[in-house]
Amino acid sequence: MNFLVCISKTPDTTAKISFSSDLKTFNSAGVQYILNPYDEWYALVKAIELKEQLGGNVTICNVGPLDNEQIIRKGLAIGADDAVRIDCEPLSSMQVAFQIAQYAKSKSFDMILLGKETIDYNGSEVGAMLAEYLDLPFVSYGSKLDMNGNVATIERDIEGGTEVLEVATPFVVSAAKGMAEQRIPNMRGIMMAKSKALEVVAPAPFEDLAVVDHYDLPKEKSSVKMIDPENMQELVRLLHEEAKAI
Amino acid sequence: MSVLVYIEHSKGHFKKTAFEAVTYASKIAQQMGTECIALVLGASDHLSDLGNYGANKILNCSASIFSNFDSQVYSNSIAKVANDNGANLIILANSSNGKTLAGRLSVKLKAGSISGANKLPTISGNSMIVSKSVFSGKGVANYEIKSAIKIISLMGNSIKPEQVANNATVESIVIPTATPKITVKSVKTEEGTVPLPEAELVVSAGRGMKGPENWGIIEDLASAMGATTACSRPVADAHWRPHHEHVGQTGVAIRPNLYIAIGISGAIQHLAGVNNSKTIVVINKDPEAPFFKAADYGVCGDLFEIVPRLTQAIKDFKQSH
Repeated sequence: MNFLVCISKTPDTTAKISFSSDLKTFNSAGVQYILNPYDEWYALVKAIELKEQLGGNVTICNVGPLDNEQIIRKGLAIGADDAVRIDCEPLSSMQVAFQIAQYAKSKSFDMILLGKETIDYNGSEVGAMLAEYLDLPFVSYGSKLDMNGNVATIERDIEGGTEVLEVATPFVVSAAKGMAEQRIPNMRGIMMAKSKALEVVAPAPFEDLAVVDHYDLPKEKSSVKMIDPENMQELVRLLHEEAKAI
Repeated sequence: MSVLVYIEHSKGHFKKTAFEAVTYASKIAQQMGTECIALVLGASDHLSDLGNYGANKILNCSASIFSNFDSQVYSNSIAKVANDNGANLIILANSSNGKTLAGRLSVKLKAGSISGANKLPTISGNSMIVSKSVFSGKGVANYEIKSAIKIISLMGNSIKPEQVANNATVESIVIPTATPKITVKSVKTEEGTVPLPEAELVVSAGRGMKGPENWGIIEDLASAMGATTACSRPVADAHWRPHHEHVGQTGVAIRPNLYIAIGISGAIQHLAGVNNSKTIVVINKDPEAPFFKAADYGVCGDLFEIVPRLTQAIKDFKQSH
């Protein structure tokens, strides 16, 4: 089976977030970037697990500039076979989905995997958009996936529970926690990653329909009000009268 | 011109998120001077309830094919209704299914889409600015949607459902559908509790509880308040609590009116999933716990003494109100 895993680069969760003085752009200077955890821990490792079990090939796809090759090499070190980078700045979910779809159309992938969302914009839209561009079924929030021939049984997270479904390849699936066990690249993987093929392709023309107009910083939280642990009536009173939460 | 709001339901019953979506759509429709049309796929006996929140027209296709969620079948159906009714704005709930449909519809209808909107958009002429929380709550992004058709999925607890005089008409429609490629085998949900993304009150506990056998006091507090229970990642990983209770970056992101965090230190990954809560109470024995910095109210001390005391205070309060 041929697997395509779409990966993104995101600021580390602990990164300090700031914007330009006109609030039009995100300040990326000094920000530590990582491979989006959902893409790495769950989607990529699941594809590698399936390949180990069933045979085939795992290709990584990233939409991004040259800098992104660092996270692509990390994916190769974890165990992907080859990679493709679509050479443009990722600006929106739709643009990223469109670019990946243009590439995927020319190949025949049995399964396309990606994380359930990126941890920066939490859009959770690329998978559905990609599936629509490719006219494929899409399963979101997969937390378990087993193959039987060309039919996958997938458990997906829904509000307050799980849904179990069946779908035949080819399809697109987004991965949530539970899908696979995180793998740390070992020295051999890191050495081998250096010689794996990383193709660079030019983007197709695309016009965006929704773009960031400006950013705001969240409202400063007023400092915490400490309550005497002996006096929970006071906490209840504040929650009722001041916070109007109960 | 119209605003189309797609309504999710569970075996014909509407949840609070459905009424939030109708209220949101109806307010925008009024501002745009157009009608608010609610669409329900699958049978329901409660259709006219949607009129209580401002829907002018309620469309329903009760075909049994919709008891099986296949995003292709669903999005084709919604797109057809949107086209038939000249919808230039589609509103969905920002749920696991809602986000999937928003993505598919945006490609199908060449519509700019923003998921997770947290308040009403700013409308000027044909342009619309929609805001959402980004970077784990450390920023707000304001997007301009430029396309003729626009799609917004609404984050839960972002607007209060508002009742209005019901003038809605209910209409049965037939939608041609293709054979689904996805077959749903089973759906398991917790009965009797409000799912976390929809809960207004959440009581959450972490490693400070020392073991799953101690969760009785958390359940007592939650039940006294009518709250939903949640937990931190280490607790879910250790299988002290079920996976679906895990809130935080890798779990569920929530924004309840009140979040009570008990014995949770407040790592950034946890805060990322809960820091949009309107009011946060932190109970922790460690005065240096980072969570206190994100809290509105803090109680520093032994949770095994404080939680039962709080439960009693809530019960006393409920009796006198």
